[in-house]
Parts: sequence; C-alpha cells; structure tokens
Amino acid sequence: MSAGGLRGLRGLTDLIARVGYGARFFLRLCGLALVGLRRPRLIVDQIHFIGNHSLSIILVSGLLIGFVLGLQGYYTLRRYGSEEALGLLVTLSLVRELGPVVTALLFAGRAGTSLTAEVGLMKAGEQIDAMEMMAVDPVARVLAPRFAAALLCMPLLAALFSALGVLGGYVVGVEMIGVDAGAFWSQMQGGVDWLLDVGNGVLKSVVFGFTVAFVALYVGYHAEATPEGVSRATTSTVVVASLAVLGLDFILTALMFSSN
Amino acid sequence: MVQDTLRLEGVRFGYRERLILDDVSLRVRPGRIVALVGGSGSGKTTLLRLIGGMIQPERGAVVFEGKPLASLDRDGLYAVRRRIGMLYQFGALFTDLSVFDNVAFPLREHTHLDETAIRDLVLLKLNAVGLRGVSHYRTAQLSGGMARRVALARAIALDPPLIMYDEPFAGLDPISLSTVAQLIRRLSETLGCASIVVSHDIKDTFAIADDVYLLARGRIAAEGTPAAMRVSTDPNVRQFLDGDIDGPVAFHHATRRTLAEDLEVSQ
Repeated sequence: MSAGGLRGLRGLTDLIARVGYGARFFLRLCGLALVGLRRPRLIVDQIHFIGNHSLSIILVSGLLIGFVLGLQGYYTLRRYGSEEALGLLVTLSLVRELGPVVTALLFAGRAGTSLTAEVGLMKAGEQIDAMEMMAVDPVARVLAPRFAAALLCMPLLAALFSALGVLGGYVVGVEMIGVDAGAFWSQMQGGVDWLLDVGNGVLKSVVFGFTVAFVALYVGYHAEATPEGVSRATTSTVVVASLAVLGLDFILTALMFSSN
Repeated sequence: MVQDTLRLEGVRFGYRERLILDDVSLRVRPGRIVALVGGSGSGKTTLLRLIGGMIQPERGAVVFEGKPLASLDRDGLYAVRRRIGMLYQFGALFTDLSVFDNVAFPLREHTHLDETAIRDLVLLKLNAVGLRGVSHYRTAQLSGGMARRVALARAIALDPPLIMYDEPFAGLDPISLSTVAQLIRRLSETLGCASIVVSHDIKDTFAIADDVYLLARGRIAAEGTPAAMRVSTDPNVRQFLDGDIDGPVAFHHATRRTLAEDLEVSQ
C-alpha cells in the first residue's frame, strides 16, 4: 500500500477510535449522572450556577424575539387578512423551533463556555489530577453533576424562553398594534397541539441539552492543560455545539413534522 | 522486619520513542523522608505519577505495602490512592471550594463521618499546618505559601502512610519555604508516615531528608544519605550539587548536525 493510502487508513482508524471513545464517554456520563442523583446537593449547586446564571440572557432574548415575531407576523398575516392568527403563528414558531434552538445556542454561549473553561482550568491547575490521586473519579464528581444539571436546565430555560416570547408577541401584536386579544389567545389555544407541537419542542430541548452539555464537558475535560488549550477549547465548544444543535434540529424537524 | 511502604523495582517508562525513566529502583520505609533530586526534565514528576498509578511502567514494578500496582483493578488502585497523600507543586486546591471544604473533601468522599466530626478533623489538620484561622477563606485569598500549607492539610486528611511532595519549595519566599520544610519533617515524625520529596532545591531538601536519590537522564545516578552525597566524588552528584554548567548533563542538547552545518558555513 502506498504511503498516502497508509496515512488515509490510519486517519480512518483514528476517527473510528475517537468516535468510539466519545460514545463510551457519553454513555459513562449518562450513567454517572443517574448515579449522581443520590447526591442532589451537588446537582442543585450546578443548577444554580448553570441555570440561574443563564436566566437573564434567556428571558431577555425570549422577550425580544417575541417582539420581533409579533411585528413580522403581523405584517405578513395582514396581507392575507389573517391578523387574528398572530397568536398561533408566534406560539408555533416559538415552541416548535425558536424556543429550543435559540435557547440551546444561547445556552452553549453562556453556560457551555463557562463549563468548558471551568473544567479546562481545573485540568490546567492540576485539580483533576489531584482528584484522581485522591481516589475520586473526576468524571463522577465534577462532570456528572454538571451534566445532570444542564439536562434539567435546558428544557426549563426553553419553556421560559417560549413563554416570554409569547408575552412579547402579545405586547406588540395586541397592546401596541391592536390585534384582538380574544382572537390572539383563542387561535393559540385551538391551533397548538400539546403532543405534536409542545411535546416535540420539549423533546428537542432535551436532545439539545444532552448535546450542548456533552460537547462542553467533553471538550473541557480533554482540553490541553495550558491557557492556550483552554482558550481553544472554549471556542470549540461554541462552534461544535452550535453546529450540532442546528444539524440535529434539521434532522429532528424532518422526523417530527414530515408527516403533517 | 518492617515492610517497605513503597518499592520500585527496575521501572522503565517512556512516551513513544522518548525514554523518560530506565531501570529505576528505590525503596521507602515508614517514617523516612526520601528526597528525589535531579534537574528539570530528569523524570522526577513522572516517577510520582507512576507511584500513584496514574501511568503504568513499560517494565518493572511499583509495589505499595507489598501489593504490586499492576495486579490491581480500578477499585484496588483507588484503595491504594486513599493511602497516599500528594502535595502538588502549586497546591492544586479546588478553586470552587473554601479552604475548609478543600480539607474536608477527602473526608466527605471517603468516610461516613458526620459533619461535626469532619469539622473537628478539618480544624485539627489546619491547626497542624498553622492555618486554622483561615478556614473560611476562599482559595483565591491565599498566598502561595499558605495555599501549599492548606494543600498539605488536605493531603494528610486521611492520615496516609505515604505522602508525596512534588516540588514543595518552588516559588516560595525564604520564610514560607522554611515553614513548609519544617512541616514536612514534623509531619513525618508525628504521623510516622513515609515521605517522598521531589525537588531540585538542594539545601532545604537535604536538611530534612533521610535518604537521597539523584535522578539523571532517567536513571538513578547516585543514592545515599545527605551527608554521603555531599562528599561524593560521583561526577553526576558533583555537577548537580556544584551547579556546573557542563558535565554528565551536557550544556548543549544533543543534535545530529554540527553548528557549522546548521549555519551553512564551509569549513
């Protein structure tokens, strides 16, 4: 076999090994996160750190996106004389797509980077090594509680994002433009399917929670233990997690809504 | 006869083609302070990682309290690590925890003691290093010397029979340095534990050590008591103790080409 062929083969086997390692790491993290429920205090601390600190950016973004949806939706619907469907349009846009996706992107930028940097700096400061030397598994003690907390936070944050978005749409559409309030709410109630729309939106946010949390923790844990390494890892988290969320969103949307 | 706390038998370790340690043998007995000295890159810290089972030797054996580490599974290895305290070069304190919680960490992870007992033990350990008064501090509020002492309190939290110190004197002012050195000596005497001090600080290490091993180019180049090492005529020992620029450890890093060839100068 030629030298180029050998290099290609080695690259392929390296890739397969890395994917296999990543999959095993993911399964281990999931298992340890379940076991970690026995020490809820560790998870609660992380929910405060990850979830609480992400609240402001999520709520403000949700409200602003709701404002924009209210405006854009109204101008589009007015062409067809369907302004009363504004509530339905805003809500479906949020619970099906924008809520889970934008929350996941913001979550990757706010909480994901901080998770990567925190774990990476612990590694650079020999804290991960010290934990191993103290016979404490750092994946169980450091990563798993953060993983569990991120999984719990993501759907809740996405729900709050959507709720604030609907409120934003209402403020612009009803209070500022003058769409009928009764039509706004009744169209929404009548047109939104709990299982198909809300349920699938929640499912998306759960999947994105797994994705962002895993990427952030995996990248941080395997960061080069130098300031440059941590900096590169933090950037990688945003890029990889965002692309993964957008890619998965397309696949999930195709699977969930293709029959409608 | 007293069993060795730790024994290394012909240990060899390398990263790919680069050999770090070759045929390293040493023994550490209870109550003794063993100094591992040698220049930067001589493999001292790698040796500590081998002793802790963080990496495995290519050849030879690391035997802790009569048990070869290679024969242990993960649980067995963790059981061994619970009996080894380690002080890292810059302390490696957990930055998200307070001083108190750092020292309490191994107790909370490995014992079923209630919080009252843990509190008492933590304060006793902090008192042993003279820092009971800073138990409520964040780690960011500590000086380098204080961080090292808090880390020492954490390392002795479970009363381990072996404590390893990785460059405990690096970057400390003379008072902090002397304090840490005296603490190592005092803990060894009061706890009766074996200690391994990795350092290239000759004066302070020799002042507290019972036995000295000199590592050079991955091998044990010389061993003996501090007094014997001081009068040794071994060229490795002399170069290290006298700080000679050239000797067995060459000033110039090995290269395949001559300077003239690198500068493309015709001779």
